[in-house]
This record gives sequence, C-alpha cells and structure tokens, in this order.
Amino acid sequence: MQLDVLVRELGLKVHCAGRNLGREVTGGYVGDLLSDVMANSKEGDIWITRQVHQNIVAVASLKDLAGIVLIHSCEPAPDTAAKAEAEGIPILVTDLPAFEIVGRIYALIHP
Amino acid sequence: MTLNDVKEILEADVLVGRDQLGKPVKTAFAADLMSDVLAFAKPDSMLLTGLTNPQVVRTADILDITAIIMVRGKKPTEETIKLAEELKIPILSTKYILFETSGRLHARGITGCIVKVGGET
Amino acid sequence: MAEALNFEKAFDVEGGNFQNAGNVSGQIKGILKELGVSTDIVRRVAIICYESEINIVSYAKRGTITLSVTDEAVKIESKDEGPGIADIEMAMQEGYSTASAAVREMGFGAGMGLANMKKYSDHLIITSELGVGTCVKMTVMNFQKMLHPDLPPFTL
Repeated sequence: MQLDVLVRELGLKVHCAGRNLGREVTGGYVGDLLSDVMANSKEGDIWITRQVHQNIVAVASLKDLAGIVLIHSCEPAPDTAAKAEAEGIPILVTDLPAFEIVGRIYALIHP
Repeated sequence: MTLNDVKEILEADVLVGRDQLGKPVKTAFAADLMSDVLAFAKPDSMLLTGLTNPQVVRTADILDITAIIMVRGKKPTEETIKLAEELKIPILSTKYILFETSGRLHARGITGCIVKVGGET
Repeated sequence: MAEALNFEKAFDVEGGNFQNAGNVSGQIKGILKELGVSTDIVRRVAIICYESEINIVSYAKRGTITLSVTDEAVKIESKDEGPGIADIEMAMQEGYSTASAAVREMGFGAGMGLANMKKYSDHLIITSELGVGTCVKMTVMNFQKMLHPDLPPFTL
C-alpha cells in the first residue's frame, strides 16, 4: 500500500517530503527507543513515534523506512523537518495516540 | 472481551495473574517511555509496552492499569514479577512486536484509552 | 580477476553533538552500498555503527569510527576519548544504562547499545580505561565469500 493512500484514508497531515508519498509501505513499527527501532524495524516499515528530534531522520534513513508518523499532534522540530525534507523522508502527523493510529494503519495494510 | 481472549489473540504467556484472566478489557495504551505512560494512560486500560522493569508495575498500580502486556518477547525481571504478584497486576508476554500487538487487538475491537491528547475520552 | 577489495576510512565523531549523530553511520552505509556489499551485511553494519556513534555522542568528548572493508569482512573500530566504562560486563547487559534522564527522554539510553553491537557483529572486542576512553572493535564476516572462494566478493 502506498503512503499517499494511508495519508488520505487516515487524514494524516503531511509535514515533510510530500514528494515521496508514492513510497510503498510494507509493514509498520511503533517505538520511541531508537536502539529498538534500529535493531527491529524493517525496510519499508512506516514508523509511528512521538520522538521529534532530528535523530529520527537518521534512523529512518539508515533503516530505509517508508516514513514517520508522529502521534498526539507532535510536530517535528525545525531541524528535524529540514533534515527530513533534505533526505526525502516523509513525516506525517496524527492527533491520535499510538494504539489507535496503529490499529487503523494495520487494518489498511492487512485488509 | 476478557484478558483470556487477549492471551489467545496474542499467543501470550501469562507470567502473573492466571487467576485474573476472566477480567473484562476494553481499552489499551501503547508506550515505551515511562513518562508517556504516566501522562496519558487511563484507569482500567491495558498497557502495551516493551518496558520490563519494576517501575512499570508501580506506575500501573498508581494508574489502575488493568493488565500489562509486554511485547517483542520481552520477559520481566524477577523483581518485576514479584512486585506484580504483590500488587495483583496481571502480566502477559507476547512475541509480537508492538505494531502487530496493537493491530491485532484493535482489529478485535479494543480501542485506544484516550481519543486525542487534550480531549475527553 | 578483480583486485582484492581493501578499503579503509576514518570518521571523526564529536561528543555531545546529537544534531549530527547518525551522519557517520549514514556515510558508511552509502560507502558499503557503493562497494557492492550484500544487503544483509550493510544492515548489520548500519546498526553496529549507529550504536557506536550514539555511544560516542552520549558519553565521550570525541571519538573516531574507522571502517575497513575486505573481501572477507567489514570491520568497524569505534575509539573514543571519554570516561571509560567502569564495569564492562554490566554495561554489556541489556537494559543497563548510565544515560541521563534528558538523554533517555530522547529515546536513547535504553541500555541496548553494546548488546546490539555484540548481537549484530560476528566478533567484538572491547577495551576500556577509566578516565581515558573506550575502544570497541567489531567484525562482520562475509561467510558467503569464505565458503565459496570462487564467488565474486559480496554476492548474496
């Protein structure tokens, strides 16, 4: 499923790198501990987190993640947004908590 | 739905609270950072987390969390188990990652314990 | 026949600079891809590199990450000038962390760094001296090449 479908279906706000919404999402990972995401996320996962500092972009880039969804209406820090834009990592925002948004993403990926 | 149904859905091991599997469950909160649990989790909710230390049990007790589901195959320390037994808080452990765990439970009707930050449930 | 692969490059890491943390790992990943290293090895090296870099940034004054690539293996050496590790065995345990609260709130300091470095490398040597610094040498072997020496390097 492509990122732009998720954005549309779930009403996500596109904050950065909207040019890469054609990216295929093959799974998901939710977590706020960067070592855990580094070790256990998979290429093509959509990453759901509340971390907004720019290290999330490094992690998403290193792991070839499809994009980042920030929960609780968290907005990326300015340097995070700039870095994400530069590296082409889409950052999307939802006002929902992790459990809810994950449930909805899961339902879309596994119909 | 009961905690026993959750156990089945997640193919979970019951580490504490075999006698409480009949408990009804309706909502869940997923978090890995203790500060988030403290700030946002609501009473009678399940807590889905990768945290395995005793502080997570203390927090669950303070917030009247109905059960702790540890994900990613994580097992709590002895100290954590003892404290949970003392405070009578069930602990289940599933090999599924937090994404899969949340997805499966949500698909079966469990809802998030807060709708939006700042809003009312 | 292709020349034997022998590449080495060192990268400086600035302690306390969380802004740039991950940059070196990104560069190393790019280099490995260019060299045609297999995806599996690139993934593992990305993890051990990242954890090394974050450790230097989190705890040390400065450090150097050195990448060495041959047909047989990718080696990462992470050497820093910093406080050193008081109890290495304890530090290797999952969940053990000496990180500050501020660092933990960022999602670091979960106590998985050294454990992950060990898990994802085939060989790890760690030495440390209190008040001087720490050195971790990690090797990710190209077993494919070693089992089938006629294969060109780093094929899947």
